[in-house]
Amino acid sequence: MFIPWVGVNDFMSISDEPLAPVHDVEPVNRRDKQRPLYTARKKIHPKRAEGTFRRFKWFVMAITLGIYYITPWLRWDRGDYAPDQAVLIDLVHRRFYFFFIEIWPQEFYYVAGMLVMAGIGLFLITSSVGRAWCGYTCPQTVWVDLFLVVERAVEGDRNKRIKLDQEPWSVSKVLKRVLKHSIWLLIAISTGGAWIFYFADAPTLAHEFLTGEAASVAYTTVAILTFTTYTLGGWMREQVCTYMCPWPRIQGAMLDEHSLTVTYNNWRGEPRSRHQKRSAEEGKAIGDCVDCNACVAVCPMGIDIRDGQQLECITCALCIDACDAVMDKVGRERGLISYATLADYNHNMRLAMPEGNTAIQPERVRKSDGTLSDSIKHTTIRSILRPRTIAYFLVWALIGLAMSYQLATRERLELNVLHDRNPLFVTLANGDIRNGYTLKVLNMMQEPRTVRVSISGLPGSEMSLPGTSGDTVTVFYIDVEPDKLKSQRVYVRAKPETLTDPVINFTFVVQDVFGSERATYEARFEAGDE
Amino acid sequence: MGDSKKNIDEISGVETTGHSWDGIQELNNPLPRWWLWTFYGCIAFAIGYAIYSPSIPLINGATQVISGYSRRADVAAELQAAIDANSDLVAQLAATDVADISKNADLERFAIAGGASSFKVYCSQCHGSGAQGGPGYPNLNDDAWLWGGSIDQIYTTLAHGVRYQQDEDTRLSEMPAFGRDGILDATQIKEVANYVRSFSGLDHDAALAKEGASIFADNCVACHGEDAKGNKDLGAPNLSDAVWLYGSTTDEIVSQIRNPKHGVMPAWMGRLGDVEVKKLAVYVHSLGGGE
Repeated sequence: MFIPWVGVNDFMSISDEPLAPVHDVEPVNRRDKQRPLYTARKKIHPKRAEGTFRRFKWFVMAITLGIYYITPWLRWDRGDYAPDQAVLIDLVHRRFYFFFIEIWPQEFYYVAGMLVMAGIGLFLITSSVGRAWCGYTCPQTVWVDLFLVVERAVEGDRNKRIKLDQEPWSVSKVLKRVLKHSIWLLIAISTGGAWIFYFADAPTLAHEFLTGEAASVAYTTVAILTFTTYTLGGWMREQVCTYMCPWPRIQGAMLDEHSLTVTYNNWRGEPRSRHQKRSAEEGKAIGDCVDCNACVAVCPMGIDIRDGQQLECITCALCIDACDAVMDKVGRERGLISYATLADYNHNMRLAMPEGNTAIQPERVRKSDGTLSDSIKHTTIRSILRPRTIAYFLVWALIGLAMSYQLATRERLELNVLHDRNPLFVTLANGDIRNGYTLKVLNMMQEPRTVRVSISGLPGSEMSLPGTSGDTVTVFYIDVEPDKLKSQRVYVRAKPETLTDPVINFTFVVQDVFGSERATYEARFEAGDE
Repeated sequence: MGDSKKNIDEISGVETTGHSWDGIQELNNPLPRWWLWTFYGCIAFAIGYAIYSPSIPLINGATQVISGYSRRADVAAELQAAIDANSDLVAQLAATDVADISKNADLERFAIAGGASSFKVYCSQCHGSGAQGGPGYPNLNDDAWLWGGSIDQIYTTLAHGVRYQQDEDTRLSEMPAFGRDGILDATQIKEVANYVRSFSGLDHDAALAKEGASIFADNCVACHGEDAKGNKDLGAPNLSDAVWLYGSTTDEIVSQIRNPKHGVMPAWMGRLGDVEVKKLAVYVHSLGGGE
């Protein structure tokens, strides 16, 4: 349905002036006017909000965008043998660098651990402060916010934008639209562009990218991310959260009655009245809500928080800012819309609407001097401290500590041994039995190392290396390049009389010559059935 | 449109398909727009993709409108690229003396890898896929060599083969058939067989062996040597070690003296060329017994 735009002032009359300017806006998801899924989207024009939460969101936006754009350009000196990019996912060489941490593919369990932590972190955050991820840090939220900044700067705030939408095409409208979409595309390109720098040396890649020398996958990635950023941030916006994202469904299952949610406090707001003086004269009960619709006008999801908790609400808290500003203006306490828990809300509702009543009686929550009653429960930040969240936090912290300990004490020297299978053993001319092995020594440090290789648990045995004319040794040394795997064939021979069993287990030992690190591998010696 | 025929559901006000099962009717809601556009998008993509890529099968191949993509050509190009990438190393191999290949680590690695792959194709039929050999086919992993285990000797054996008549320079030797040709009688053969077993400390009849010593001195030392260490120039095996090509039991040794078997190995130079033979020589030499 279509409502012609009407200016704020049109609602004001001299005789019966609303306490606050009324915004002509209707929530997009109102139950009684629910539109079928196949109808076109109803465009939302969020009004700019001012206040504590808006400032906090600017801050979060600066931090998150800053992290995203700046991280690949941070340098971290790792010596001559490794890249100096602080965060680098080096797919070609199969390494992940994160400041002082370097992860090899077989250490991927750290990433799995991080994902487990992220999962439990989601439980923790959601059960304590609700959908904070959606409202503040989700890339969709942050980028839509950024796109809205551009839209406001070019086309003006809500009313101007609505007006512009309805205007016939003119030179100025075309110019505004071209300017807006150009800036959007620029943001989209730089968003996609920043992504690829995590996968290669950023300054080199930037140069290659701009001179057309980068790999085609770089251009394809940037193109795809540019397209998704532009489409999701500029065009689809709240539809991504409402229809496409599984997160709201998952998060909804994690909330309980003690989780913080953005709440319209009916118990002091209702019955709402736009013309409070008249209602007072008529002797009607009056709640704090002046029905100015400011909360709906600022909502980026286009909903009315006064309809209660809804799937669409991302708890960005901009309606709190909008309502607080109105409450200040009309001289009421802030917090008509506030972060509150369902438990506190229900308590206050029972106070305002005793058993058996169907209407809220606002006078029941106020003292005779007009201030809020002492039995009102105000949700404080302490609500996040409760057994459930503490348990989540402990599990989360425990995994984090275990991983940190593992990371701090992990070995940077590793040994794998492959036993020749064909043939399993060889009888030599003098009757000795010989087995062949391929040692794989992993030097996971950024410096060249020399390791001493020896065997234990196989008495009377000797080793020989290919290409050394059968000279036998009991110990030998190999040099391993920094951050590399060194493969070395080794033959182990033993006198048949010392071989008591058809199969004997013994141990290969590699020891860093200049350090304390050592690694072992339990190998088998096949003596044959003779 | 025939509005008069429309069935409208009373409760929802939505048109139904007119089908009814046990009184349950199917609403005919339009498709969601996002679904519809995705569907149209897929159709558009399919048409474009079918034109872009080979898609309609013809008798010889498929339609080639824009991309001209061919998996067969891709493979050919990849193979050629692999050959081109190695052409330097191949040229180096051709120019390097086979004994000097191991001085260049990269070249040696390339030769061993290439040799291993050629071995699987040309040699494994007799010598086994792990070069472990079998009765009559030498084990190439051990350090007992009939014709010598230095890289040059292995190279020569590979290049010209063993008892391979078509190659003039082939390695040639033949042990007389002492029994079949009546040079020794059965008792003498049994005596000498026991004597042969004594060299490597195997169980033997001392009395018979004692008799065999003189027979050995008269008939065998020319090739196998007085201490039975063999002679690599003649391909005469060492009879004092633990490696037996045709088996070490008295019966097996008797059989080999009476009517010896002789293995034949083809000459590979003509078939594979110098570079491939060099690779194989380096590979066989690297198996653990190279001298």
